[in-house]
Amino acid sequence: MQLFRAHVLVCGGTGCVSSGSKKIQEALIDELAKQNIDKEIKVVETGCHGFCEMGPIVIVYPEGTFYCRVEVKDIPELVAEHLVKGRIVQRLLFKAPVTEEQVPSYKQIAFYAKQQRVALRNCGHIDPENVQEYIGRDGYEGLAKVLTSMTPLQVIEDMKKAGLRGRGGGGFSTGMKWQFASQSPGPKKYIICNADEGDPGAFMDRSVLEGDPHSVLEGMLIAAYAIGADDGYLYVRAEYPLAIKRLKVAIAQAEELGLLGDNIMGSNFSCRLHIKEGAGAFVCGEETALMASIEGSRGTPNPRPPFPAVKGLWGKPSNINNVETYANVPVIYLHGADEFAKVGTERSKGTKVFALTGKLRNTGLAEVPMGISLREIIFDIGGGIMDDKKFKAVQIGGPSGGCIPEQLLDTPVDYDSLTALGAMMGSGGLVVMDETSCMVDVAKFFLNFTQKESCGKCIPCREGTKRMLEILQKICDGNGTPEDVTTLETLGAVIKNTALCGLGQTAPNPVLATLRYFRDEFEAHIYEKKCPAGVCTALLEYKIVADNCKGCGACARVCPADAITGEKKEAHTIDTSKCIKCGSCIEKCKFNAIVKG
Amino acid sequence: MIKSAEDLKRLREEAKALTGIRAGQGVEIILGMGTCGIAAGAREVMSAVLEELSKREMSDVRVTQTGCIGMCEKEVLVDIVRPGEKRITYGRVKPADIARIITSHVINGQIVEDLVVAKLD
Repeated sequence: MQLFRAHVLVCGGTGCVSSGSKKIQEALIDELAKQNIDKEIKVVETGCHGFCEMGPIVIVYPEGTFYCRVEVKDIPELVAEHLVKGRIVQRLLFKAPVTEEQVPSYKQIAFYAKQQRVALRNCGHIDPENVQEYIGRDGYEGLAKVLTSMTPLQVIEDMKKAGLRGRGGGGFSTGMKWQFASQSPGPKKYIICNADEGDPGAFMDRSVLEGDPHSVLEGMLIAAYAIGADDGYLYVRAEYPLAIKRLKVAIAQAEELGLLGDNIMGSNFSCRLHIKEGAGAFVCGEETALMASIEGSRGTPNPRPPFPAVKGLWGKPSNINNVETYANVPVIYLHGADEFAKVGTERSKGTKVFALTGKLRNTGLAEVPMGISLREIIFDIGGGIMDDKKFKAVQIGGPSGGCIPEQLLDTPVDYDSLTALGAMMGSGGLVVMDETSCMVDVAKFFLNFTQKESCGKCIPCREGTKRMLEILQKICDGNGTPEDVTTLETLGAVIKNTALCGLGQTAPNPVLATLRYFRDEFEAHIYEKKCPAGVCTALLEYKIVADNCKGCGACARVCPADAITGEKKEAHTIDTSKCIKCGSCIEKCKFNAIVKG
Repeated sequence: MIKSAEDLKRLREEAKALTGIRAGQGVEIILGMGTCGIAAGAREVMSAVLEELSKREMSDVRVTQTGCIGMCEKEVLVDIVRPGEKRITYGRVKPADIARIITSHVINGQIVEDLVVAKLD
C-alpha cells in the first residue's frame, strides 16, 4: 500500500475553480514531480469548503494548515517551503480581520468556529469521486444499520423522533412525509430528489452534490426502504454540469459495489436511481411541476391535494425531498435520532446550510445549528459588512422570502420565528444589503425574477405579478402615486391567497416585507421623487459642485451625451435634460466635484 | 461487491487508511529537516521511515518535519510523540535504526534507550 506522508487538498468547488484552482492543481503536481517528492505527497481534489471568499483554498495535512487565495505563482514556494522543508508559508495563511493575526489551522478560523457541519460533513475533506473515501468516513453505515436491524416502520418512527424538516424551503416534517408515502398502497412507488435549486444566489445543494454526492444517494436509499420504493430520480438543474458529472460517477460506483440494484447489502431491498436534467425553469423546483417535467410534460404545477405521497410520479405514491434533507438522513441513523435532536430548537431540529452572499466580508457557505441568531451569522461568521459600511437589511428565502432589518437581527434562525416576521427560511440563501442598496429596487429585482419564471398557468400569478412589477417600475421611474402602495398591498394579498403553486403564492413576499419594514423608502420614491440609497437612476440628479470644479474638462470629454459644458479653468455645468446618468463623469473627476443625489 | 454489513465494515477499515492522515490523531514522527539535518542525511532517514510505515500498513502515523533545533551535532534527529506520552528525541539516527525505533517505540511504546538524546515534557 503506498503511504503518503502528506495530503494536499485542493478545493475543486465551482467557486475556487473559477478562481483558477484547476491550474493550481496542475502546477502542484508538476512541482512535486520536479522536487522528486510526488511519491510521498498525495494531491486530492475536494468539493467546496464553503469559504469561497478566500478561494482558491489549499489545505495541507497532517498539519491541517489552511492556505487561502493561493495562486499558481505561489506553488513553487509552497512546495519548497512547506512540503520539502516543513516550514509553513505565513503569507498565504488566513488573516483574521481587524487583528490581522495569521491563523494556521482552519479549526481556529472564526468563519468555521461557529459552524456545525452535518450536511457538509465531508465537503472539503474527501475526494467526491472516490467512494472509498466516503466509506472511510462511515459512509453507507447508516444504510447498513437500517437494512440489517430496522423495519421500514421503525425507520419512519426514528425520522419523526429526530424532527428533521424539509430543507428546500417548505419545512414540512420529513417523518410525516415518509409516513404518508409508506401508507399509500404499492407496489410501485418512487423516491425523488429535488436538486433544481432555483433560488438566485443559492448554492448549498450544488456544493453537497459536487462535494459529497454519496451522502445524497445514501439518504435516498434509506428513504426508499422506509416508504417501499424501488425506483427513483434525481432532478438536477442543467446549469450544474459538475454536480451532474459527480452524481453519474457516484451512481456508477454505487452500482459497482452493489449499493444500488438488486438485494442491496444482501437484503431483500432493491432500488435503482436515475438522473433527469432540468432545462432552465425555476418553476420546476415546485414538486408537482418537477414530476410533470420528469414525465415529459411541460413543467407546470398541478393542484394539491392529491399530494405526491398519494399520487405522484406517473400517478404512483412518491416521496420528494431536497438535497440537503437527504444529506442529513444518514447521520440520523448513524448516530441515532436522539443525538440529532440535541441540536437546534424545540420545533426546528438540526442544522441548516446558508449561502452567504451580498455585501459581506466572508461570502460562502456556512452550516449552523438552528436557533443561532442572524446577527451571529452575519457578523461573526460572515465577518460583517464590507468596507465598514452600515448594515441595512438581509433578504432570507430568496424570491419567496422577505427582508429583515437591523432591529430584528437577534431573531433566532428557525422555521417558525422567521415566518412570523414575514420572511421565511427558504432554501437558505442570505443576501446582505448595506446603505447603498435601495429596498424598492431589491423588491423589484426579486419580483422581476418570479415574473419571468411564472409558468403562466394560473391568472393570479401570470397577470398579478406582472401588474405588481409594473407598479414597482413606475415608482422607481419617479411616477409613483400614494394609491400604488395600497394597490401593491391588496394585489399582493390576493395573489398569495389564490395562486396555484408556491411560486405565485410567495412572489409578493419581498414586496410586502419591504413595505412592512422600509415604507419610508417607498414614500421617498413616491412623494419626494428621491432614491435615498442613490440607486434608482431615474430619480438621481448629477450635479457639479462649483467650488470643487477646476474646469479641467475631463468630464465633458467622457460624457457620451454631451451634457457637460463650461469654459476652461471655470466651473462646468451638467444639463440634466441631456444627462443619461451613466456615471462616467463621476469616475473621471479627480477633484470630487461631481455628486449624485 | 458489498454483500453484507461485514463487507462494508471491512471496506471501511481499508478506506480509513486512505484518509487517516487527515484525522489528526495517532503517533507523530517529527524529522529534523533543517540544513544540518539534511546534510547529515535526514532525507534518507525520511525515506526509510515512509518505507517502514508502508510495509506495516500503518496509515494513521503522522510524519512531519521541523527545522533546526540547535543540536546540530546530534543530527539526524527524530522525535516520536505518542498520544499522552513524553516527546522523545532520538539522535544520530541512521536509516538502519528506523525499523527498531518503529517496532520498539512507535508500536510497543518502549523507548530505544541507546539512541535517545532528550526527553521533553
